[in-house]
Amino acid sequence: MATLRADFTLPLRTFELELALEVDRTVALVGPSGAGKTSVLKAISGLAHPPRGRITLDGDVWLDSDRRLFRRPDERRVGLVFQEYALFPHLTVRQNVAYAGKERADEYLERFRIDHLADARPASLSGGERQRVALARALARGPGVILLDEPLSALDAHTKGTVRAELQELLRELALPVILVTHDFEDAAALADHVGVIVAGRLRQLAAPDELVDRPADAFVASFTGANLIRGKARRLDDDMTLIELETGELVYSTDRGEGDVGVVVYPWEVSIGRLRHEDSALNLIQGDIRSVAAVGNRVRVRVGPITAEVTALSAEKLELARGGTVFATFKATGTRLVPFV
Amino acid sequence: MRRALLALLYFLGAAVTMAFLALPLLAIFVHVSPGRLVDQLSNPVVTDALIVSLKTTLIAQALILLFGTPTAYLLASRRFPGRNACVTLVELPLVLPPAVAGIGLLAAFGRFGLLGSTLRLAGITLPFTQAAVTIAVAFVASPLYIRQAIAAFEAIDPDLVAASRTLGAGPARTFFRIVLPMARGGLAAGEALAFARGLGEFGATIMFAGSLEHVTQTLPLAIYAEFEVNFNVTLAISALLVLISAALLLSLKLTFLWQPSEQTSRSRFALSSWS
Repeated sequence: MATLRADFTLPLRTFELELALEVDRTVALVGPSGAGKTSVLKAISGLAHPPRGRITLDGDVWLDSDRRLFRRPDERRVGLVFQEYALFPHLTVRQNVAYAGKERADEYLERFRIDHLADARPASLSGGERQRVALARALARGPGVILLDEPLSALDAHTKGTVRAELQELLRELALPVILVTHDFEDAAALADHVGVIVAGRLRQLAAPDELVDRPADAFVASFTGANLIRGKARRLDDDMTLIELETGELVYSTDRGEGDVGVVVYPWEVSIGRLRHEDSALNLIQGDIRSVAAVGNRVRVRVGPITAEVTALSAEKLELARGGTVFATFKATGTRLVPFV
Repeated sequence: MRRALLALLYFLGAAVTMAFLALPLLAIFVHVSPGRLVDQLSNPVVTDALIVSLKTTLIAQALILLFGTPTAYLLASRRFPGRNACVTLVELPLVLPPAVAGIGLLAAFGRFGLLGSTLRLAGITLPFTQAAVTIAVAFVASPLYIRQAIAAFEAIDPDLVAASRTLGAGPARTFFRIVLPMARGGLAAGEALAFARGLGEFGATIMFAGSLEHVTQTLPLAIYAEFEVNFNVTLAISALLVLISAALLLSLKLTFLWQPSEQTSRSRFALSSWS
């Protein structure tokens, strides 16, 4: 298995992108737009020239600022798939793929099930088909690294699910270092072994998706993974317990340690909703009126006071959440993480 | 009632405009019978001028394509200090009175011009030669091509160029396989406009190259020279130029009409389509 090592700084318009990455499987970089994610792909593919740094693929040196070495994009074995796919509009599907490598064009047309479109022009293809052409073209080059820029964002919700599953399988089969960029944590978690959260050019945390969920390094990472994030003031009770007064007034407990200003992180799927007040092991209880109910697939997100809970559509129906009224949201102290609030 | 009146005014305005633009062109053809016009075309003055015109215009166009295309690509794809000044410089001949262009060319390349002594040492005399006609045509016509070419190159999605590079193509292959084919509609349009402008060139040519029959007398210069000698010859040449210009415009419009719909540079041009 090859390893891509990238360690560089690249000045962007309002901040400097500073990144150190080691990739041998699939790494997803997530972050808000304008965080510098696409610039990472540009630097690695050679479309941008970082003034300082080193980028290597095993023994292959692509950038070494100390030795003033810079390999042009066409001299690096990269397969970059652009966000809007960047298919050549004046060439047919076959010509697009053959542009990267004549010998294996037909093989890839077949592999991506686009051989029946070989003579079509990109303008006549659907979003999913375009993506397959873009992938086939990038792989026909025989790349040592795959770079995917927002691979699912140009697709409609209906196509997205299928394409995501296909992409997942493809990336596993390829066994190449892959960096993919997305603003969607869920896509990142589905496609990548490791997820890095980038904000304003800095990598805040790089870890397996479930670790990001379990132990977010800071408030931003937490909110990006879809957690509730509530500001509060923490006070240590004893070695095992911290009491936090939320800025909305409620008192909650956490088994994490913290003192002073903190961010309280609770995942929606760890919050239970009930019409009656139950005595159970969950220490934390927030009582309030239902502020909103929204269906997300087969689950329902309910907003109660400062917190959002996620329940199944079935329990939402049983609890008659749609009619509003007062409910109790409960969650465990062990599921209540504390992060520094920045 | 008022609406009908307004419609009538529009119609009248359009009718007057059309008649005004069409009448002089029509007059050229109805003044003398077509047979007489064709006869006049075998007049040595006409054939000489036609040869001079075609030769100088074609060489000038080749030079414009050869030097103008890389210039336009550079100006379209790079951002550097002084770029706007460069673009303005390239466009300047477009608004310059042709006579001024001719004087400028004389002052630069003439016997007593800036480069006159250098050229003389090299044994080159430019004024009143066919080379001078070519230079005058290139000077006056190049902005039309370069401007259009810049627009055509700028209309190409930079991601396509970047994609080509990451797919293993160097700058040259990227230019010839991606950039040039995608810009070809715009380049052809610019070239056709430059060709038409070059063919009709008068002011700069007569100042810099003179009007020597068989040597520097192009079709427009022949019209002027024959004006008081044989009016029928002038009419014949004029008819010929009208036909060439119309054919150019027509082929240009047809090129645009047949352009594949995914051509991204299509909307950038000021030419209206047939529909």
